[in-house]
Amino acid sequence: MSDQKPVNAADIRAVLERNDSARLRAWLKTCASCGLCSESCFFYLANDNNPEFMPQYKVRKTLGELIKRQGEVSREELEDMKEIAWARCTMCRRCTQYCPFGIDMGLMINIARQCMRTQNVCPERLMNIDQSYVEFGNQMQIPDEEFVETCEWMAEEGQATIKDLEIPIDKQDARIMFIVNSREPKYYPQDIQEAAIVMHVAGDNWTMPSHGWEATNLSMFSGNIAVAGMVAQSVYDAALKLNAKKICVTECGHAYRAAKYEGPYWTKQPNGQAPVEVTHAVALFHEYMKEGKIKLKHKFKDPITLQHPCNLSRSGDLGEQADELMEMLCENFIPMEPHREWSHCCCGGGGFIPMGPDYKRTRMVAGKVKAEQIRKTGAKYVLVPCHNCTDQINDLNKEYDLGIKIVSFKQLICELMEVPPHMQPEEEDEE
Amino acid sequence: MYAFVNGPLVWIAFAVFILGSIWQIAALYRMSKRTDKVFYNHYNSGAAASSVINWLIPFGSHSWREHPGFTVLTFAFHICLLAAPIFALGHSATLAFNLNISWPNLPDSLVDTLTLVFMAAAAGILIRRFVVPQVRIVTEPKDIVVWAITVLPFVTGYMAAHKMLLDPDTMLLLHALTGCLMLICIPFTKLAHVFLFFMSRAFIGSEFARRGTKTW
Ligand code: SF4
Ligand code: SF4
Repeated sequence: MSDQKPVNAADIRAVLERNDSARLRAWLKTCASCGLCSESCFFYLANDNNPEFMPQYKVRKTLGELIKRQGEVSREELEDMKEIAWARCTMCRRCTQYCPFGIDMGLMINIARQCMRTQNVCPERLMNIDQSYVEFGNQMQIPDEEFVETCEWMAEEGQATIKDLEIPIDKQDARIMFIVNSREPKYYPQDIQEAAIVMHVAGDNWTMPSHGWEATNLSMFSGNIAVAGMVAQSVYDAALKLNAKKICVTECGHAYRAAKYEGPYWTKQPNGQAPVEVTHAVALFHEYMKEGKIKLKHKFKDPITLQHPCNLSRSGDLGEQADELMEMLCENFIPMEPHREWSHCCCGGGGFIPMGPDYKRTRMVAGKVKAEQIRKTGAKYVLVPCHNCTDQINDLNKEYDLGIKIVSFKQLICELMEVPPHMQPEEEDEE
Repeated sequence: MYAFVNGPLVWIAFAVFILGSIWQIAALYRMSKRTDKVFYNHYNSGAAASSVINWLIPFGSHSWREHPGFTVLTFAFHICLLAAPIFALGHSATLAFNLNISWPNLPDSLVDTLTLVFMAAAAGILIRRFVVPQVRIVTEPKDIVVWAITVLPFVTGYMAAHKMLLDPDTMLLLHALTGCLMLICIPFTKLAHVFLFFMSRAFIGSEFARRGTKTW
């Protein structure tokens, strides 16, 4: 639990000062308390329209109070705010689209989180993750050597499917520097193998860095912007060192947003652009399919729907491409309603998944909106191009008895694609 | 008193309204150069314009379409709020008498209707504040004060024109006073949304557009 030191209001004020911008001032002044943002928020809908879950109220009770009192609040009050800022908002930004003034409540909750983080008022697990980034460069305390070994192992094992499969580490001048969610080396090394297979079959020139391979940036959610910047910088540095053309983020939502859109500001890049172009697996696979670098044996036949992760389809630019990729891969794609940039958050974002068991109940309640969306499509397959959404939808599957199967793009492509004869391992010829 | 209210005070009110607004806009603009680099790095004039225009059209945005009742109320409120005073014969006559400016006006009966629609919409908005739980929870006294400041000039104007309650001269005096009060309050209260609307919408339109996302 958080230590009981008195609240240091000066630190909170420093965060407020740093975030004091013209847009924030305009937002604070214009809000007409009209309530239009309410029904846009899945927390509000899933909690039986309880007014305490309406976005503007949540901002007022957190950032609003911190500003009004200039940080002079008690620890108990901060603990209450913590429950709002972390357990009642995933910063999905859907409410922003529904506000007549375009007030960004997600960003304001983020500023509140930054304030609280200075007092170590923050879900314990997110603070531990900050520490892990500092010590290991990734959220799961994986030493770089272990990561490299995992890649070697996966390449070797993958040679049963693809002759000469390689996972090139630290190759200079590659077109793509692929980075992963550290969950992959830790729990799902198969994911790395599948991505490698797809890039190999597409004939791409790619690599992975031995340091700076972590794509996730959960410090963005803990409110520790210094560490968030450090993580983004280590990815940029790796790409610059290897002279890669593009950084490609694995099927993870917030990692893409952090590297492409927020990282440049944390690391003070000129023009707000990352020093090396950032792309995402969805865009990469879309490109392979469009250019015919990957050919399919046949399309996926069963009815399937797509989860649009908020950080890819609303705060990222991939909504349309994800839908197009679905069309290219599947015969029977049924979009959820609403979808793309208007999609509801599944409640796996904003740091919710790593916040752990303490917050699971909240997650299951708020995920009801997503569960109903999925059920309505009638599809028994859900394609989920984000690790956090995957965990959440897996949990929702059990909680709400959806009877669905969750797949990723790389998994689907590996299953459907034609492997050119010269890449097939010899033994298989006899079949 | 009467001469002051209808003379210098009106001038002062307009001056405060215009200069105050310009000052606010200029201050925010200057601040934004320093603190809102994200806007200048990714400014997208098309998206900024769409973001403003679609919200100015009834049912032009997703949000308006999903809240038809409130949309009708808001647009009735704002359209009448602008049209009634601008085209009221009384105002046009005052301009002609004092400044020799000829200004278009609408028939009294139409302005009356606009005023009544305005007051009905205003009443609807106020009632909504108290009966809709998610609106009530964020309603503060200052929301009611701002509402009253906006509505009073219309109530007094209507009463003066129809010789209700007080004698018309006193009512007119109150009308001019409350009208001036409203103008003076615009730059310094929530009423500043009159101009801040355009700024914040332009910002968010651009900011989301670089992610391929619409905010309307
Ligand atoms: S929709 Fe916008 S203006 Fe209305 S209450 Fe919500 S934040 Fe305020
Ligand atoms: S950002 Fe998302 S979760 Fe947070 S208040 Fe808005 S709609 Fe709700």
